Amino acid sequence: MSTAVGAVLLLAVVAYAVFGGADFGAGFWDLTAGGAARGDPARRTIEHAIGPVWEANHVWLIFVFVVLWTSFPQAYASIMLTLFVPLALAAVGIVLRGASFAFRKAVVTIRTRRMFGGAFALSSVLVPYCLGAVAGSVASGRVPDEGRAGDPWSSWVNPTSALSGVLAVAAVAYLSAVYLVWDARRLGDHDLAEAFRRRAVGAAAVVAVLVVVSVFVLRADARYLFDGLTSRALPLVVLSAVCGAGAFVLLARGAARGARFAAVLAVAAVVAGWGVAQWPYLLPESLTVSAAAASTGTLTAVLVAVGLALVIVVPAFVLLYVLDQRGLLPDESADITSRG
Amino acid sequence: MVILAGPLGAVVSLAAADPVPWARGQMAFTLACHIILVPLGVSWTFLTLIANYRGLRHQDRDALVLAQRWSKYMAVTFAVGAVTGTVLSFEFGLLWPRFMGQWGEAFGVPFAFEGLFFFTEAVFIAIYIFGWRRLKPWAHFWTGVPIVLAGVFGSMSVVAANAWMNAPSGFVLDSQGRVMSVDPVAVIFNDAMPLQTAHMLVAAYLVGGFLVASVYAAAMLRGRRDHYHRLGFTIAFTVAAVMTPVQLAVGDSLARWVFHNQPVKFAAIELVPATSSDVPEVLLGRLNDDGTVTGGIPIPGFASWLSDPSTGRATVVQGLNTVPADQRPTVPEVNTVHLGWDVMVGLGTLLFLLAVWYAVVWVARRRVPRGKWFLRAAACSGVAAVVAMEAGWVVTEVGRQPWIVYGYLKVENAATTNTGVWVLFTGVVVLYTGLAVTTVLVLRVMSRRFRRAEAFTEGDSPYGPATPVGAGERDGADG
Repeated sequence: MSTAVGAVLLLAVVAYAVFGGADFGAGFWDLTAGGAARGDPARRTIEHAIGPVWEANHVWLIFVFVVLWTSFPQAYASIMLTLFVPLALAAVGIVLRGASFAFRKAVVTIRTRRMFGGAFALSSVLVPYCLGAVAGSVASGRVPDEGRAGDPWSSWVNPTSALSGVLAVAAVAYLSAVYLVWDARRLGDHDLAEAFRRRAVGAAAVVAVLVVVSVFVLRADARYLFDGLTSRALPLVVLSAVCGAGAFVLLARGAARGARFAAVLAVAAVVAGWGVAQWPYLLPESLTVSAAAASTGTLTAVLVAVGLALVIVVPAFVLLYVLDQRGLLPDESADITSRG
Repeated sequence: MVILAGPLGAVVSLAAADPVPWARGQMAFTLACHIILVPLGVSWTFLTLIANYRGLRHQDRDALVLAQRWSKYMAVTFAVGAVTGTVLSFEFGLLWPRFMGQWGEAFGVPFAFEGLFFFTEAVFIAIYIFGWRRLKPWAHFWTGVPIVLAGVFGSMSVVAANAWMNAPSGFVLDSQGRVMSVDPVAVIFNDAMPLQTAHMLVAAYLVGGFLVASVYAAAMLRGRRDHYHRLGFTIAFTVAAVMTPVQLAVGDSLARWVFHNQPVKFAAIELVPATSSDVPEVLLGRLNDDGTVTGGIPIPGFASWLSDPSTGRATVVQGLNTVPADQRPTVPEVNTVHLGWDVMVGLGTLLFLLAVWYAVVWVARRRVPRGKWFLRAAACSGVAAVVAMEAGWVVTEVGRQPWIVYGYLKVENAATTNTGVWVLFTGVVVLYTGLAVTTVLVLRVMSRRFRRAEAFTEGDSPYGPATPVGAGERDGADG
């Protein structure tokens, strides 16, 4: 049963990476969109694209936490104790990101929009870096077991954490750019779609370079993970590579819709690959998933909650995405401004 | 810390040495902020749906405009509530890792279900807020209903976890005190859960109703007494007013539950240093270090009588001295609990009287009271309700001290060992202060802009041109 809950945890992380991650990635493009006038179309598209969905996507993170602290309480305690600094930064970043995004939509003057926009965009980069670094710390075995604290600094200031932090920023930026190509096209702005397409291609190239670098870093710094990625998780790594390359080709040829699926699969496969590579450990080489697992009663309750989620939450999400994609949830903030 | 020299360095390293007070302070501060946003998330949607329903049923354009604007304000408060709630889920681990590591598998269970409801709420609130123009009116109305339900069940789940800290149950410990097995149903439906969830849920409707009503009462005092403002006031105030007697009953039952199950907390509430009968209800007053109670206005025997009316003033109330000093709240904590209690009950009673005033005028004259003094009182009701809720929360949390899991784990053994908590706490205080100020400013800017927009011209309704209000009415008849 602990395996099933472990799989749920991994799937929740994957979901957060591909849904929530893209919302953070949009913040990266918001940051780099240029001055108030030049970046305006891009920023409007970003607002339009993530406005209705970011809060729902964000709940995946809460879900990850909940599964961790109910099902693997000792591991949760160790992670939170050891990685206090990056997690505290991520929490602060999440507050800034969510609040400033909501505020920016509600205000109209350039000055206030710029202020909230800056906070939104900067924190959108900070959060994936921190969470990526946390993932790197866990994956490279820097979090001890039994609710003990590891080193408060070197646990997350190290090659693997730095790499996974940067990789997280690049990957969500890439994912988001691919989404935004489609969103811009849907809104009829073909110039902007073209601009996002170029950014997506650029981000894909950066991700590819980082992946090559990671081969060397992981071999030297996170041997268990490296061995896992080149054995157990190899099919997922290959899938990710194929999808990544496929998305690249589709993007280059302007097939935005297909590129979306390929890009999502590529990122999902790499995150899932991380989980499979460190199997059977939750905290590599010190705590296995089965040893970390809570008692049967708790695991059953979590699985029941997951079952209910499949019945209630998944259809709700599908409804939200379908309505959003059909343009039935238009961004109202522009509306208010024109009236005011 | 080494680089800091002199007295400042000494103060900083002294302060930093013990993370427990910082962790407590931060948890209290962030919860105190989040708890104000909760009622808005839980009950404002309900108020909005009433306005929305009225707008569709009676083709009342003002009601529709009201519902739409409320939903836009809600977009802001919900976002702020979502992120401050997220901070809490970080803090469970960042501040209380030893609590979560040991008890997470029991305490955490209600949150698994809360997650479900939070998902549902986030999805449908997005659909409702963004769906005004393009969805069919009644379909749009129905997308709001799951938000109300998710709000109810979500807050019940969270409060169930808090209730579990007061009445831990549903687990078996091994010889070393580690959790061996968990019965999730017994965890969620712990002994304190029914009354505590009811109390908070009703509080959410009270606070949400009074808070929204107070804004419109203030507007009416400034002369904006049109249909739109009267409607906003009436919907919100009526819901809150209906809830006040309910809350008195629920609160009374909960107090009696505490009397039976958390006698030490009850002794702190009623300032009872030693076990006795004929215990007076002391309004204000304080407990001194030597165990005497001074000041305040005592009502002889009333605390005993309230605890169990069947035995009246002869009811014996357990005193603080029945447990060792390290297992009960300290004297300053006792005084905090008692003051919190007085404030909550006092303000709750005043709000109840205000609701009675409203009801009497309604019955006698078939209209909402319009008098200046009533509106002044109503304009204060929002703040009063928030303060009452915060005070009640102080009673339950501080009254549980020194326990985090009542009878099992003390707060000091639950906190993180990280000495950097004070940095985080300072940062969070700055951040939240900015957040609070900005939220209020943004809501005010929105309100001013709405007012300038001069409502809607003929033919322009909150629903899109394809489905004007009249069509909504027909949709309703069909469905």
